[in-house]
Amino acid sequence: MSATPSTSSGADSTMSARSRESLSGWLFSAPSLTLLTIFLIVPFALAIGLSFTNQRLISPLPTTFVGIDNYVAVFSDGVFWRALVNNVTFAAVVVPVQTALALWLAVLVDRPLRGMKVYRTIYFMPVVSVMAVAATVWKLLYEPDSGAVNGLLGLVTGGALQPDWLRSTAWALPAIIIMSIWQGVGFQMIVILAGLQGIPQVLYEAGEVDGATRWQKFRHITLPQLRNTLIFVVTVTAILAFRLFDQVYVMTNGGPRNATQTMLLQMVEVGFSQQRIAQGSAIAVVFFVIVLSITFVQRRLLREEREIT
Amino acid sequence: MTAQTATGRDPAAGRRTGATGTPGPAAPRRDWRRALTHLGMSLLALFFLFPLLFMFIGSFKPDGEVLNQGLGAFVPSGLTVRNYFDAFARAQFGRLFLNSLIVSTAVVFSGLIVNSLFGYALARMRFHGRNLVLAIIIALIIIPLEAIAVPLLFIVSGWGWIDTYHVQILPFVAQPLFIYLFYTFFLDMPRELEEAARIDGAGPLRAFVSVIAPLAKPAYGSVAILSFLFIWGQLLWPVMVTRGPQVRPLPLGIAEFQNLPPIQWGDIMAFAAMMILPVLVVFVAFQRAFVRGVASQGVKG
Repeated sequence: MSATPSTSSGADSTMSARSRESLSGWLFSAPSLTLLTIFLIVPFALAIGLSFTNQRLISPLPTTFVGIDNYVAVFSDGVFWRALVNNVTFAAVVVPVQTALALWLAVLVDRPLRGMKVYRTIYFMPVVSVMAVAATVWKLLYEPDSGAVNGLLGLVTGGALQPDWLRSTAWALPAIIIMSIWQGVGFQMIVILAGLQGIPQVLYEAGEVDGATRWQKFRHITLPQLRNTLIFVVTVTAILAFRLFDQVYVMTNGGPRNATQTMLLQMVEVGFSQQRIAQGSAIAVVFFVIVLSITFVQRRLLREEREIT
Repeated sequence: MTAQTATGRDPAAGRRTGATGTPGPAAPRRDWRRALTHLGMSLLALFFLFPLLFMFIGSFKPDGEVLNQGLGAFVPSGLTVRNYFDAFARAQFGRLFLNSLIVSTAVVFSGLIVNSLFGYALARMRFHGRNLVLAIIIALIIIPLEAIAVPLLFIVSGWGWIDTYHVQILPFVAQPLFIYLFYTFFLDMPRELEEAARIDGAGPLRAFVSVIAPLAKPAYGSVAILSFLFIWGQLLWPVMVTRGPQVRPLPLGIAEFQNLPPIQWGDIMAFAAMMILPVLVVFVAFQRAFVRGVASQGVKG
């Protein structure tokens, strides 16, 4: 009992002080660690385990090991491939476009101008407007005949371009992409802005002494200094692209004809609606492997830089 | 001033080196350019604001006029507050709001307590296995909720937790990212403060509550906001674990409401407006903490 906090000073005071610290360390950690074990570590292990069984949510049949059957089923499903292609397309467009846009906005709002704070606040507002709400509002804006988007397009193009947006297999995914960039770019802008403000001012002063133009300063000072920030932003955006769910759930539920189907919609459809826990877990594992690979690429890029400098 | 600008840390002071310093004949041209910048920035502001404007204006319009031949939607006409009453009556807005409030408050506050305690222990206390635990926490950051949702559904439905508050609360209290953010914050805190508290004879918990935690307000603010944003907007998990309006939160509520016949867009816009107004108010009031919270995720890279 010498480790209890009540024993204050004893003969072996250093020893008991250390074990006391060890005990309180574990006590401080216990609540979080318990919750993480139950709600994160166990389910994660279970996702992998269940994906090799025939588990359903409620089933009279006993659970048995089925090998890689679930993965075979997932990868031989045309809808899953369609979903995967959509996620990849979404990433291929959103990652470069949104990052470039966020960088541009961050440089814009970083200038010393009266009222800049107001602009910053406004550009960030979509981020705090909940995705389910934003999706609901955009669904109305995209209405082909009476929505504001086509109203504006009609004004600009003279009625030449009037897509059916969410009801057209060609335009539904672009509609989701535009809306997602609108909602997410403010987040990236703030992260990049923090990066910009961490760049030592002396670098720019040195550049001015050398007679560098604004573009040269941006190209040779700002961009290299932002490298790690941009790697982070690209990684987060790429992962978000594979987590695509809320917008499509509200706006199209995967339609029309799977044009906006995504991996996570499929996971919820299989694992929850059809109650096929095992196959849903297999999709979750595939999803996690993708997230993990993106993270590995990020780590790799960051390490490369450390080796160079 | 020059001594401070060199550090580049302070955005306001650090950026004033260029054009602003030059006086003289260039002044009128600068005014012109400034006006042009404001015009461009305002157009961008309009791009980010127009859906929100559409929502607020629409929420005060009769249902039939929310969608109005394109840009007519932005012209306020026949304004009424009936939609707001309808959102309460038809979509049980009050109940859903209460549900979201209960779940979010519980997650944010209990999360602040357990995550900060853990972060502090990892940063400052020596205990066996600490380095291993820290490595595990960092590895856990990359597991998204979505990757464990299906097996978690399997677990909690086995426990009969479907359609409860705690099934929406307990899985989200402990968050590896927040533990890590607290950990890095406490790591940078000067040690002398705790040692002073220790000399005063305070136990570790007393020292934490009365000395350490009050000094960590910025970290608590950032984590509170990040965690609130995440849980208030959460949709995927409630889709899987709630069946009826008794415990259902707002995001799922609005997703269902817009498919509930007869579809009345005025009511739906009123629902949407009431749902994000609290978040917008909190955001504008605590803007600095918001920005710091978001930015703090970026610096860890």
